[in-house]
Amino acid sequence: MKVLVPIKRVIDFNVKVRVKADHSNVDLANVKMAINPFCEIAVEEAVRLKEAGTATEVIAVSIGAKACQEQLRTALALGADRAIHIETELTLDAINIAKLLQKIVEEEQPQLVILGKQSIDSDNNQTGQMLAALTNMAQGTFASEVKIDGDKVNVTREVDGGLQTVALNLPAIVTTDLRLNEPRYASLPNIMKAKRKPLDVKPADSFGIDLSPRTQILKVTPPAEREAGIIVESIDELVQKLKNEAKVIS
Amino acid sequence: MSILVFAEHDNKSLKADTLKTVAAAQAIGGDIHILVAGSDCQTVADEASKVNGVSKVILADNAAYEHQLAENISLLVTELAADYSHILATALTTGKNFMPRVAALLDVAQISDIIAVQSSDTFVRPIYAGNAIATVQISDSKKVITVRTTGFDAVATDGSAEIVAIDTVTDAGISSHVSDQLTVTERPELGAARVIISGGRGMQNGENFQLLEGIADKLGAAIGASRAAVDAGFVPNDMQVGQTGKIVAPDLYIAVGISGAIQHLAGMKDSKVIVAINKDPEAPIFQVADYGIVADLFDALPELESKL
Repeated sequence: MKVLVPIKRVIDFNVKVRVKADHSNVDLANVKMAINPFCEIAVEEAVRLKEAGTATEVIAVSIGAKACQEQLRTALALGADRAIHIETELTLDAINIAKLLQKIVEEEQPQLVILGKQSIDSDNNQTGQMLAALTNMAQGTFASEVKIDGDKVNVTREVDGGLQTVALNLPAIVTTDLRLNEPRYASLPNIMKAKRKPLDVKPADSFGIDLSPRTQILKVTPPAEREAGIIVESIDELVQKLKNEAKVIS
Repeated sequence: MSILVFAEHDNKSLKADTLKTVAAAQAIGGDIHILVAGSDCQTVADEASKVNGVSKVILADNAAYEHQLAENISLLVTELAADYSHILATALTTGKNFMPRVAALLDVAQISDIIAVQSSDTFVRPIYAGNAIATVQISDSKKVITVRTTGFDAVATDGSAEIVAIDTVTDAGISSHVSDQLTVTERPELGAARVIISGGRGMQNGENFQLLEGIADKLGAAIGASRAAVDAGFVPNDMQVGQTGKIVAPDLYIAVGISGAIQHLAGMKDSKVIVAINKDPEAPIFQVADYGIVADLFDALPELESKL
């Protein structure tokens, strides 16, 4: 079966973001960018399905400016077979991203679409679920285990009180949580090989979808700083402070 | 304006987080209804009817909603959506799971994890793991929103709304529930606890988390963990406090052997009082702690337990 893996180019998770002085957004100029960590887990899961003989082809897709081809090459180096770049300079709302991905799903007819549960920049946690609704597929979000079982997939999900397992009819959507797997590092030979793998570029405005924004960022500010408190010298002092000063224990 | 709030519950009782989501609905302003969708969940509807500021409880009681599968719940909410300007759910795993489906079915954007309301179309939400705060305006006429409960104070429960049962059954028939493996604990849930004590990589192994239990018992606290402790396999992922785990804001948060990575701070820095116990005086956790103590946790924890 074919597996489609949509991925996103985001700020590297080790970089501390700074808000621009004019509060229009965060400053991404000259900042190291990378594949979104949850998307990397999605690529890894798809590649493992291929290595296990379950998947026949892994297709990575990304939507954004030309630079996101770097992340598609990373996905190819990790084991994806080919890539699709939907090119746009616009910053798109998740609903419009999902609509573009819906077109790719219709073209490619994958049995499984694996996405990261959220991107570490906008922190929306929406795209997988929206794509599932648009394609009328079942969804297994926040997955910590994915098991293909005939014409179904069993997905174990990380939920508030523990774990929940659901059975989904295929084709289905899975979004990854942290514990699903530990992504591999791309080897140098695979990085070289990835340069020769096919990468199709399609302009976002060629799909006939209205991509006009539904949301507008009015301002972006740094979070309120929390002031450092005091260092206490002993447990006795700590307990006294918590009782008499902070009044949070009795 | 009229607002539909989705109730978080386990078919037996209403989760307290719903009271905070109702507070967000009140900040938007308008007629507020609560949807209780589940199976054998009349008691939840009874509880929901007492929530202040709510004029109607809609009870959808059917086996198709027992496990709140996103495929089924999203169809139900989408069907009810015609009557509302705003649809709100709590940003917990259930709401995060089905709400974007509702937004897509309605062909609107969703605003996730709001922490404040500026007007009926403008909301404040953290981005970049809480390292930046965005004010976002949404132009779609129907607003689909998830609410981060740390931003709102729970409303009281001395109201009396009418309960209206509906017999709409929306079963997509493409997914089914297999099993739950819920963590059994006598302690409060992380999201609801007044006091939380969390361990990090400094705990060294899973057994040492027992050192936190005696203190948690004395304080009625929930026990949490940093992502480092979870990744190291000390404790299960549902204990994780942080950007990719649970986001909490208790009255008292005690961080033990936690260095204070950005991703952990994003999950707990709205706590009222933060205590840090760490043997490294340079640990970044001390920069957000109200009270820090530089000590070996294996000495400090038994002493703390004995003095509480």
